[in-house]
Amino acid sequence: MSSQKNEVVIGLEVHIQLTNLKTKLFCSCSNNYRGAEPNSYVCPICIGLPGSLPAINKKAIEFATRLAIALNGNINESIYFFRKNYFYPDMSKNFQISQYNKAGGKAFADGGQITIKLNSHKKDIILNRIHLEEDPARLVHKGSIATSPYTLVDYNRSGVCLIEIVTEPVISSPEEAREFLKQLKSIVQYSEISNLDYEGSVRVDANISIRGHERSEVKNINSFREVERALRHEIVRQKNLLKRGKLLAQETRHWDDKRRITISLRTKEFEADYRYFPEQDLVPIEIDDEFIQKVKDELPEMPRERSIRLRRDYNLSEFDSDNLVLDKDIADFYEDGVNSDASFGPDEYKQFCNWLMNDVSRWLNEQNKTINDTKLHPHQIVDLIKYINEGKITTKIAKTIIKDMMEGFSISEILEKKGKKRISDEKLLNKFGNEVIEENPNIVKDCRKNPKAIEALIGRVMAKTRGQADPHITRAIMLELLKELGIIT
Amino acid sequence: MKFYEYMGYELIEKIKNKELSIPELIESCFHRIEETEQILHSFVALSKEKALEKAKSLDKDLEQGKKIGQLYGLPLANKDLICVKGFPTTCSSKILQDYHPPYNAFVIGKLVEQEGAIHIGNTNMDEFAMGSSTENSCYGPTYNPWEISRVSGGSSGGAGASISSGQTILALGSDTGGSIRCPASFCGVVGLKPTYGRVSRYGLIAFANSLDQIGPITKCVYDSALMLEIMSGKDPLDSTSVDMKVDKYTEELSKPIEKKILGIPKEFFGEGVDNEVESAVRKAIDKLESLGAKTIDVSIPHLEYTVATYYLICMSEASSNLARYDGLRYGNMSDNLSGDVYDVFSRTRGERFGPEVRRRIYLGTYALSAGYYDMFYIKALKVRSLIKNDFVEAFNKCDSIVCPTMPLTAFKVGELIDDPLQMYIADVLTCPVNLAGIPALSIPCGFDSNGLPIGFQIIGDYFDEKGILNIGYQLEQELNIYRKMAPAAKGGK
Ligand SMILES: [Zn+2]
Repeated sequence: MSSQKNEVVIGLEVHIQLTNLKTKLFCSCSNNYRGAEPNSYVCPICIGLPGSLPAINKKAIEFATRLAIALNGNINESIYFFRKNYFYPDMSKNFQISQYNKAGGKAFADGGQITIKLNSHKKDIILNRIHLEEDPARLVHKGSIATSPYTLVDYNRSGVCLIEIVTEPVISSPEEAREFLKQLKSIVQYSEISNLDYEGSVRVDANISIRGHERSEVKNINSFREVERALRHEIVRQKNLLKRGKLLAQETRHWDDKRRITISLRTKEFEADYRYFPEQDLVPIEIDDEFIQKVKDELPEMPRERSIRLRRDYNLSEFDSDNLVLDKDIADFYEDGVNSDASFGPDEYKQFCNWLMNDVSRWLNEQNKTINDTKLHPHQIVDLIKYINEGKITTKIAKTIIKDMMEGFSISEILEKKGKKRISDEKLLNKFGNEVIEENPNIVKDCRKNPKAIEALIGRVMAKTRGQADPHITRAIMLELLKELGIIT
Repeated sequence: MKFYEYMGYELIEKIKNKELSIPELIESCFHRIEETEQILHSFVALSKEKALEKAKSLDKDLEQGKKIGQLYGLPLANKDLICVKGFPTTCSSKILQDYHPPYNAFVIGKLVEQEGAIHIGNTNMDEFAMGSSTENSCYGPTYNPWEISRVSGGSSGGAGASISSGQTILALGSDTGGSIRCPASFCGVVGLKPTYGRVSRYGLIAFANSLDQIGPITKCVYDSALMLEIMSGKDPLDSTSVDMKVDKYTEELSKPIEKKILGIPKEFFGEGVDNEVESAVRKAIDKLESLGAKTIDVSIPHLEYTVATYYLICMSEASSNLARYDGLRYGNMSDNLSGDVYDVFSRTRGERFGPEVRRRIYLGTYALSAGYYDMFYIKALKVRSLIKNDFVEAFNKCDSIVCPTMPLTAFKVGELIDDPLQMYIADVLTCPVNLAGIPALSIPCGFDSNGLPIGFQIIGDYFDEKGILNIGYQLEQELNIYRKMAPAAKGGK
């Protein structure tokens, strides 16, 4: 490891909700609380009524096993829970049922890694552990925390299953953190355990230090997107203090995503003592090799394997395939599309990938949508590529109609709606045809030997008419004109 | 004879034979409560109207030939920490005043909903089951029916007194370090703490969740066996409940015990055990020998560490179990809401928990704190497993262990309340059973010179409730004192 001056050391604790579970971690209330009437998805267990007891959701154990396998972690044979004791109004029992790897406890799985690529450099981000825990209730404030006259508590979220992924402090930059989270999100999606696009499904705590100095822990980063921002801010803050000759304190800081700064919450001497101790209401769950093997066998294809397969099957570059597989829905869309037309070959595979990764992805990013939020169907991209290749529209026009395609309109519908009605006036098309022949003597010459060269001429007519020329009539006219010139027979 | 002088199983026969109707029984039971409650104070809340209503409806069902469950409308007094849907369940604490659980505990479902017992009210207890005298109740103590200047034992003191005075026929208690057996011993009734995991704890408000277990308090061993048969079994809502066949305990009671080997642990007869208690227990052992049982000496060498170990563990767990009482979701909050949320939580807990509960929360919090955890909690867990091993070793040599339940008979109200350590030491013979997680039965075996009952404890191997009930029944029949009613029960003030 390099011992550069001002070397940044980052460790992340990523909490993700297992949104694909039907029920909460310790009771049978619905896990799908979003949009529900506050405090409607509750029972004696998840609001911690006296006398209630937790009962483990077996599916959560299976989901955690899936993720642990996908992250290459070591699953512990015996899974047990600990209580993390602290008072807070979002806590139904004033302790959280969690897992702990000290005081005689063990995490769900130890170790594991995620390989990231940054500027074509590969790096393994080593994980410390993953573990399961319950989500606290949601505190709702009118306006901001500071100005709200009251706090409302919605227990619908209380008891939802969280899985925490803790990295070793091996991340050296906000960009690496971003890449790590990108890959993690992808693996979670492929494992079919959660949809991290749901609001509030992700929370990140980050430990940040400049090597040789005290670290700070930044809490409350509520989306992957915010992580990079918060890290950048915190690094600059720490470096500035050092520049001014100040000492850094070991402290806990809060990420204020409105003001985009970190604020000190407490210093080391005021750190909470969580008094972790075993949760005896839950008996240890034995995880045997047979179970792990079964989960492994049923585990869907992971992004890394898929990328290798896409390279092989569709002749894509490593760069393209790695990007394509990142979002499983995009990759599924891709494969649905390119496989739906038998005439497609390597050129079309590449074209399809480009359309998806450039124009479509850009639009999705701008709109903050996923591909499944749109009405776009793979066959529309297939049509688009065919229209272009057949010269019916130009690439430039294609780019302008992508937006409408997202709404589910077919290309012909869009062209029509845009007033780009077909020109079938033979006189007019004759005029354009003659112009194109005059302007492109080389293509015309080519037509003598290459019957396909006529497509290029038709394309030019299409371009002149902004794609409005009727392709059939244009073709007939071009054939006639070339015959008249004696180019073809 | 009054109805309340009969055993539960005898009343069931009378009801079946139409010698007695269920409403008659329940009426007489409330009549008895009216007669005695002023002096005893066993109950914290009564459910007279509902009980009478249910009695009528069961009676009607019975007349129409419908099945009404095995308990035929017998009255059941519930300890104030087992949840009964819609009925105030307060742990005899100010912090849970007016708390009405929205659900029934597993055992209430079994005994009341399924097998036709009638819930007549909730009995008094030490606040959150913390105590051995029922003096730590926010409602004041329950007095001993044998001598009303004395305590009824604890923490299920209300249950013990209600049975021994004939206010009810069946009662539920909970036992964390002796809370069923201590009042059974002091009140001269039968109390059974089942194996940890035999009875679901779902709906039992936790004191120390690795030790708590619900059990019956009854007039006789047969009724105890009958209740246990119904209450036992796997409950998916309690992960620690065990999926194991439930024995037909009532059918095993009359089996001869001539082949039984009884272990006598010398440590349980050591210093601190009252002479009269020891001699009564020894006499009872002689009776068992006369029935053909053999006795051998066994040893529980770590007994001297049990009280310290027990209190470290139960206080640590309690500090966490009782954290939820902040007044936010149920129960009540301090009237003074000034300051931030932590101020209000602290004030609420400071005002609404009694001194013994606060003491245990402080000590438990301390024991779990960084820097002390290994020294106290972890060490206590280690000693706990040594104690467990002591019992495992002993049960390699014997079928059951016999000894006193309490080292003394009921003490005077107020006598030990200012000396918590002395009070804690009174649990020395009961709490090792909870640490090991094994079952134990307490039955009356005689009286001291003050006329106070003496409890005889039979400790069994894991899930051998069958064995200890069998021995208990044989001894009970042989001693034949189980029909003797407490003086307060005779109506005298
Ligand atoms: Zn729930």
